[in-house]
Amino acid sequence: MSDTSGGRQGGRDGGLGWGLRTAVALTVLLLITPTVVVIPMSFSGADTFQFPPESWSLRWYRSFFGSEKWMYALLTSVQIGLLVAACATVLGVAVALGLNRSRFRGLGAVRTLMTAPMIMPGIVVAVAVYGVFIRWQLNGTAVGFVIAHTVLALPFVVTAVSTSLAGYDRTMDVAAATLGATAWTTFVRITVPLVAPGVLSGFAFAFVTSLDEVVVALFLQTPDIQTLPVQMYNSITLEIDPTIAAASSLMVTATTLVLLVPQFVRRERRTR
Amino acid sequence: MNPTVNDSSRGIRIKGVSKVYSGTARPAVDAVSLDIAHGEFMTFLGPSGSGKTTMLSMLAGFVSVSAGSIEIDGRDVSRLKPHKRDLGVVFQQYALFPHLSVARNVAFPLQQRRMRKADIAAKVAETLELVHLGPYADRLPGHLSGGQQQRVALARAVVYQPRALLMDEPLGALDKRLRDRLQREIARMHRELGMTFIFVTHDQHEALTLSDRIAVFNEGRIEQVGAPAELYERPETLFVAQFLGESNGFRGTVDKAAGVLRCGAHALRAPRLDPRLDRAEGVAVVRPERLSLHGDAADVASGRNRLGATVTEVVYVGDRHQVGLRFADGTTGTATHPVGSPLPAMPGECVTVSWDPEHQSIVTGGAGAPVPPVAAEIPADA
Repeated sequence: MSDTSGGRQGGRDGGLGWGLRTAVALTVLLLITPTVVVIPMSFSGADTFQFPPESWSLRWYRSFFGSEKWMYALLTSVQIGLLVAACATVLGVAVALGLNRSRFRGLGAVRTLMTAPMIMPGIVVAVAVYGVFIRWQLNGTAVGFVIAHTVLALPFVVTAVSTSLAGYDRTMDVAAATLGATAWTTFVRITVPLVAPGVLSGFAFAFVTSLDEVVVALFLQTPDIQTLPVQMYNSITLEIDPTIAAASSLMVTATTLVLLVPQFVRRERRTR
Repeated sequence: MNPTVNDSSRGIRIKGVSKVYSGTARPAVDAVSLDIAHGEFMTFLGPSGSGKTTMLSMLAGFVSVSAGSIEIDGRDVSRLKPHKRDLGVVFQQYALFPHLSVARNVAFPLQQRRMRKADIAAKVAETLELVHLGPYADRLPGHLSGGQQQRVALARAVVYQPRALLMDEPLGALDKRLRDRLQREIARMHRELGMTFIFVTHDQHEALTLSDRIAVFNEGRIEQVGAPAELYERPETLFVAQFLGESNGFRGTVDKAAGVLRCGAHALRAPRLDPRLDRAEGVAVVRPERLSLHGDAADVASGRNRLGATVTEVVYVGDRHQVGLRFADGTTGTATHPVGSPLPAMPGECVTVSWDPEHQSIVTGGAGAPVPPVAAEIPADA
């Protein structure tokens, strides 16, 4: 991207003071504690939740992958997640391009409006979606899930792609034209490769947003269609089953991997 | 390489070109006509907002032409899209493709022309040699210095042998030392390639050192076109005299019959006056290095113009002294004095200033156009 020149060696001399170090350490601890608890718990050999575990086993992973209910929920989540990512990316790229390349009164307002789903309390969105979907008969349908999650995921795509586009110098389009390239060639050979990392991270964020979303999913669920987080929620309210620890660990791992992909693509490109 | 061919069908012909941006009253470029010979190094010089960049943008096709036509090698290109004009353009901010290596940046225009792979590789290598960047072929632009990036941009803009190379303030983003070096590189490339170069700048030194000819832009028009020495020694307008180098100006009224410019009580000799200037208000323009200082008025050779002045300051600038002057009528000016010879007067003392009338130009008063502040700003009532 455009920050290749200077951004990397931005560290200041002298390092951080102890106060800031402590603050950073505490924040990190706060952020990773749930993960640190849940992952060992998933490898426990005991019949109930136990931390730290006294014996180790893979039984809860076997239980997870052996259960039709869990596997069905996982499959549902992944399918919906991919559809959401695809829809949100297409719409988000269009919105970001539009916002980036036009100048009109109220542009700032539209930009802010685009982030509304991020700011609105999940429960408010869920109730609203539920009310509307009852009338449209979209509750408990895959289409309903995809639409609702796309709305929630859109801001992430718009933000990621907008950032990418903000660093894109339109002079390059002009330069490409003088060098003999048509508008289409310029788009394919210059614009797309430069904006792709932003689009990719938008896609990843959208997928993860859908995968993690539980409030709206709880409202839209029916016995036929339940996403993984809904299944997890149901499982913990009905029974105390450490399979949920295995499911959680898998989700943490999957989410982390998905979000890391764009980072690696970017790094790869830098060092090439 | 290819020697300069002075074939009248080749080159660039700008005929009465204007540009009016919508919503503005005054045209950005106003009926400009200019012929640029094939192989010539032409500079568009002017302050910001003078229309020089708009003119370049019209040549390149970024901006449409409101009136007039542009011909390149006998072909009217006024309505062609930029990618059909076959011109090379270098931008102030380089505009390199950051995701492509140096070699692939330079190869880009050749790929658009569907050249064979082996030919592209050879041509790219040859052009990178020309700008001394051979060892950097595989680097990404972000890993190069500003000067190196601009050299890549130059290589990319000439590799396909375009009909002309257009440069929009290409050295503007570089520091002074790099700018000087790249200036010499551009001059060398021009000699070696024999290509038409059109260079836009607001820096008079760049214009003077690089160009075969300079077109001085002001308020959308060309004030004067000519070789650097011609513009410097024989400015035709006050604007040109003041924009290009330092100058002293003495305002007065032209008296063609007597062959003088009357400035109050003084009459300055002015040979070969343009008859159209008779009775008009004119300004005698003289460069600081053409002024001589005398402690004793009797030392002034006959035939030279002379004026009394007070020395206001003496600044030592290494290779010469810069002497600030105030003339009897309150006009201020500057003269240079060689370091080797003793100064005829110290600050506060009186001197006689003289110059050869051959070294002065009589220009008209600049038609009320605002001009940038210069060494010798003359009050209107002088």
